[in-house]
Amino acid sequence: MDESKFKRIKRRELLKLTPVVAFGAFAIPNLRTPLLKAGLGFSDWASAKLFRPGHLAVEFPDAELTPFEKFPINGYDVDDPGVIFENWTLTVTGAVQKPGDYTLAQIQALPRKRQNTRHVCVEGWDVIGRFGGTPLYEFLKLVGADPTAKFISVQCADDYYESLDMATAIHPQTLLCYEMYDQPLTREHGAPVRLTVPTKIGYKHAKYLTDLKVSHVLERGGYWEDQGYSSFYGL
Amino acid sequence: MQAEVVEFEAAKTGELAQAVYEHPWVVRFTHWVNAVALFVLVGSGLQIFRAFPSFGAKIPEKDLLNWPKSFALGGWLAGGLQWHLTFMWIYIATGLFYIGYQTFSGHYRQVLVVPSDVRGVWPMIKHYFFFGAKPPDTQAYNPLQKLAYTSAIVLGVLSVWTGLVIWKPVQFAWLAWPIGGFQLARLWHFLVMWAIVLFVVGHLVMVVLHGWNNFMSMLTGWKKDPEYISVSPRSET
Repeated sequence: MDESKFKRIKRRELLKLTPVVAFGAFAIPNLRTPLLKAGLGFSDWASAKLFRPGHLAVEFPDAELTPFEKFPINGYDVDDPGVIFENWTLTVTGAVQKPGDYTLAQIQALPRKRQNTRHVCVEGWDVIGRFGGTPLYEFLKLVGADPTAKFISVQCADDYYESLDMATAIHPQTLLCYEMYDQPLTREHGAPVRLTVPTKIGYKHAKYLTDLKVSHVLERGGYWEDQGYSSFYGL
Repeated sequence: MQAEVVEFEAAKTGELAQAVYEHPWVVRFTHWVNAVALFVLVGSGLQIFRAFPSFGAKIPEKDLLNWPKSFALGGWLAGGLQWHLTFMWIYIATGLFYIGYQTFSGHYRQVLVVPSDVRGVWPMIKHYFFFGAKPPDTQAYNPLQKLAYTSAIVLGVLSVWTGLVIWKPVQFAWLAWPIGGFQLARLWHFLVMWAIVLFVVGHLVMVVLHGWNNFMSMLTGWKKDPEYISVSPRSET
């Protein structure tokens, strides 16, 4: 063949690579934000698909526990939001048969579970802690939560807020936690009641709970989620 | 596997030249998509690393290195994660597309290092680093090149493996065991990243040294007059 024909063949082959140029969209700020949001959304969708309701996170022997004093206190704002324990109740609202204020004694009357599980922080570190409390599904039964509801949202004493998908909320290792290392929760670790969710990243384990809402639609994701972090972040 | 060869007449000189179709579209396409994805994943990965630049305990934290923010992508941890969790899917998809294509087309023979290549690796190293004589090319990729590319593919698989353990230590707990557990996964992921960066640096040096015709072959697929095909006797034309 003559050279011009060969050049045409090469040009055609080169043009077949033009879809790669589409990545340039990530360089345009107005397109970048929605594209990355979609990417994170896809990742969360895949995460939810990969979640297995009956699959348990590994529970560790006591010998592998991180010493209590080396368990980081990762409050976003203050270590102690000054909860007055005598007056404390967990206010339950939303799609439940028995909304109202629930006392610590009512929560502690429910079956207790103690577990040594890994707490994984989004920053990249992790610790193995001993947590005790009542499985959240026990509490949801007590308040008569609508089994068709999709989300659990919590509000904290320090303005932090969080949410869980229902599948995770009723996972057997998801606790309304009131003990760490067999002792009542300390203030820095979220007294009197916090969430422990071994199948979720650390920022989902909200501390100093004050309100819990069961809902069909998610109004707010969470303190970090609403700033751009993954809203599902299942481990 | 028989490579496609064309013979054409150079317009200026009238001389006969040959060209070989070395890189099918899938290989070129996944190569460039992965080049973009790797750039993003390394940049955003270093941003994620900045949030906890250590591999030990959080208390007391001993930072390994303070990676500069200007050499990281995403601005802060959440931004880095957005880039990382978006491009990891592109990286995995093109990786699977590439490996699937190579396997089923038989084209993998061009790149996969085999025992008979071992003998040829040292002469190439001698040539590149100690100015030894250049061994003749007998195939599209020389033995050292095949070793490097095969290693890069293995590193790619390891990067996804270790990454999945970090992303999903509960659901993919079974993937953590062979690499020594969840806590080592982050270190492996980091080391595999640097190994890939090292490969890319070496790769780019070679691209520069081997010139335009070689570079263009990864864009058009065609390489003109490669040494390993017998050029038809030009004097006869």
